[in-house]
Amino acid sequence: MKSEIKQWFKSGDPWVTLTAGAVSVSLILVFGLLLLIAARGLGHFWPATLWEYDYKKLDDSVVRLVGEIHDTESVDAQRLRDAGIDIIGDAEVIRYLVKTGNRDVTGQDFRWILEPSIQAKRNPETLMTVERREWGNLYGYLNAVQENQQTVVVGKGVWESLQERLLRVTELFAEIRDLEKGEIGTINYGLERLRLRERALELENNTDPVARDSIKQERAEFNKEYAGLQQKLTDLYKAINRDQMMVTVSTGETIMVPLSKVVHAYRPNEMSLPDKLVFYIAKVWEFVSDEPREANTEGGIFPAIFGTVMMVIIMAIMVVPFGVVAAVYLREYAKQGPLTQLIRIAVNNLAGVPSIVYGVFGLGFFVYFLGGNLDQLFFPEALPTPTFGTPGLMWASLTLALLTVPVVIVATEEGLSRIPKSVREGSLALGATKAETLWRTVLPMASPAIMTGLILAIARAAGEVAPLMLVGVVKLAPSLPLDGNMPFLHLDRKFMHLGFHIYDVGFQSPNVEAARPLVYATALLLVVVIVALNLFAITIRNRLREKYRTLEN
Amino acid sequence: MSESNRATGTASDAAAATTPTHAIKIEALSRGRNTLQMKDETPCLQVQNLNLFYGEKQALHGIDMVIPKQRVTAYIGPSGCGKSTLLRCINRMNDLVDGVRIEGQILLDDQDIYDKSVNVADLRRRVGMVFQKPNPFPKSIYENVAYGLRLQGVKDRRTMDEVVENALKSAALWDEVKDRLHDSAFGLSGGQQQRLVIARAIAIEPEVLLLDEPASALDPISTLKIEELIYELKSKYTIVIVTHNMQQAARVSDYTAFMYMGKLIEYGDTNTVFTNPSQKQTEDYITGRYG
Repeated sequence: MKSEIKQWFKSGDPWVTLTAGAVSVSLILVFGLLLLIAARGLGHFWPATLWEYDYKKLDDSVVRLVGEIHDTESVDAQRLRDAGIDIIGDAEVIRYLVKTGNRDVTGQDFRWILEPSIQAKRNPETLMTVERREWGNLYGYLNAVQENQQTVVVGKGVWESLQERLLRVTELFAEIRDLEKGEIGTINYGLERLRLRERALELENNTDPVARDSIKQERAEFNKEYAGLQQKLTDLYKAINRDQMMVTVSTGETIMVPLSKVVHAYRPNEMSLPDKLVFYIAKVWEFVSDEPREANTEGGIFPAIFGTVMMVIIMAIMVVPFGVVAAVYLREYAKQGPLTQLIRIAVNNLAGVPSIVYGVFGLGFFVYFLGGNLDQLFFPEALPTPTFGTPGLMWASLTLALLTVPVVIVATEEGLSRIPKSVREGSLALGATKAETLWRTVLPMASPAIMTGLILAIARAAGEVAPLMLVGVVKLAPSLPLDGNMPFLHLDRKFMHLGFHIYDVGFQSPNVEAARPLVYATALLLVVVIVALNLFAITIRNRLREKYRTLEN
Repeated sequence: MSESNRATGTASDAAAATTPTHAIKIEALSRGRNTLQMKDETPCLQVQNLNLFYGEKQALHGIDMVIPKQRVTAYIGPSGCGKSTLLRCINRMNDLVDGVRIEGQILLDDQDIYDKSVNVADLRRRVGMVFQKPNPFPKSIYENVAYGLRLQGVKDRRTMDEVVENALKSAALWDEVKDRLHDSAFGLSGGQQQRLVIARAIAIEPEVLLLDEPASALDPISTLKIEELIYELKSKYTIVIVTHNMQQAARVSDYTAFMYMGKLIEYGDTNTVFTNPSQKQTEDYITGRYG
């Protein structure tokens, strides 16, 4: 028996089992995590059944509640009795968290209801969910559609009429947004530039009348253009404010909802499965492509995705040349000795410094020192408003580049050391100098290793949040860092980031219950974005590997 | 030459000077330290009292030799005897090795290649080299051959095409690769790769071509092709070849130098060295008694 065990250990099988077990546990953890995030996050977009309850309150009065079930849990009866609720029996009691919406009417979105106290429940097909731009969801029955406070449709055909009108309102809304963000935004941007130009002239004590006149003229043109757009905008607002609807809510009140404040109105109970699927896909797309509403708890997260990707790309552009140059010097030119060893150790340890330390460094050095001086030198006309002397996209990217540069250096050095000597000699023997050999042969051959470094850098940078909070990320950025106004890429702007978005929505939100699924959905998206960025880099690397693979022998 | 002589530095040269009857059978070459006499040959390279040290260890001991122009000179000798080291001195490849120290001179067309005024890259352009293992770059066949020209800043496509074609033809590779010039060089067989590397070296028209055991990693047929190629190339280039294979040295070379323990033991007409060596060590080596 004993010798059998000994034999078993000797055979190496236990180690195989152990290592395989470790791999399986890791895999299960990763997929479990993804599954959890996906399940919790993606369920949010499914059109949930609307229930109407007759619910007996503690004082035995019966009220009507409408809402969708958000969460279910079973509670110990004793615990409820301790809380002062009259419950018979010892069994577990099921209670539901119901999203009742109508925050503007009842003052609360969510309430817990106890299963035994439900007297009756129905899911009538005519119940309607209204997603609004303000105040969250509204649940109720559609009564009538109005035009300029005059009822136009009641009873039959009212639902169809509402959908038609909603379509029109949505189009108008998009038009208004395009106008405000696009043309009017450009005018505002132009006016600001003019103001800065004027201020610059003032600072230079330049009284050149020609320059001043040209500014004046341009400003007049902008203002004229603006007046025209203003008129158009007023008309659009008038048009969008034309329609309203009357909705009866669970309390029996009838309230008026202007359609300009409505995003969607749908009847989940009458939707078939394909309807729901179409709706679901539209909602997911909206989440990915739209801007956030209501303190980030509703709407989409497009600016955050855009900001994250943008920042990672700019970081990659900065970190690769810097890391490669450093590695080339360390490996190829520096005299190998204790000093280079020391530098290597320092570089490796740099990767272990907590990221928040980089954030503090970025804020102190990049933002205040570098940015402040840049402002003094190049943007004095904007002062005291800082241009680069404030957290922004460039400083965030630079801070992350600093954070990830050790990874690139180490990977590149590794790659350089693996280039066979024979290839270098072959190049040198043809009369190439060392620099030419590096540039034409060694670096291309090391490029897969450089890409590996970049992949690791991206993986680290995209998931980093702490330093960003100090050097450029904001809860809500008014405009994207890339737009149609010269110079198109605005490195001085603040931006949104998925990682910070998760923190903000999850922990800084006024409406935690409503935001929780969004936390999961955003987390899933962050993972997807990182995976996508990595896949992109890996594809490039594999292509380079294929191209520059060295000989087998 | 006795064992005790060999042990001390430049003793072999001293021995050569003091024993006039020892046999360099042809008058064309003599291995004295003084100016070497050559009857019909033009000297291309002159190695003068070359000593090489790796740190404290001396790897080459007072080498003196003249390498004639447009002839094939072979270095033979047992492993570690310094023949590759000597070869790599001719295009200053040893400069890349840490802690290497070189004394003496190598004259290429009467210009000392170790002179401070010499640009190493220019020298290597004049003295091409082919290594033991084929080392094509991870580029297309065309780009491999064009590499040296691109370094020289040649941009004109037509010139480039012409040079590449000529180089590949000279290396007897053109017919095999002309339809796939833009495929990766790694797709070629070992022998083809070695000929590609030779084409790459001759594309920049060097004066001297150094071959460091060019066929040792190849199969017999490829080896034969390389040998034929060396024979062809002799009319244009001065070729110095290091080889382990004595039959090969006998087949391809005009002159043969036998080296042992960092010293040049015997240098002379290939025929003579192989049929009637003047030194016992040479004879022992050639007849396979050691090495």
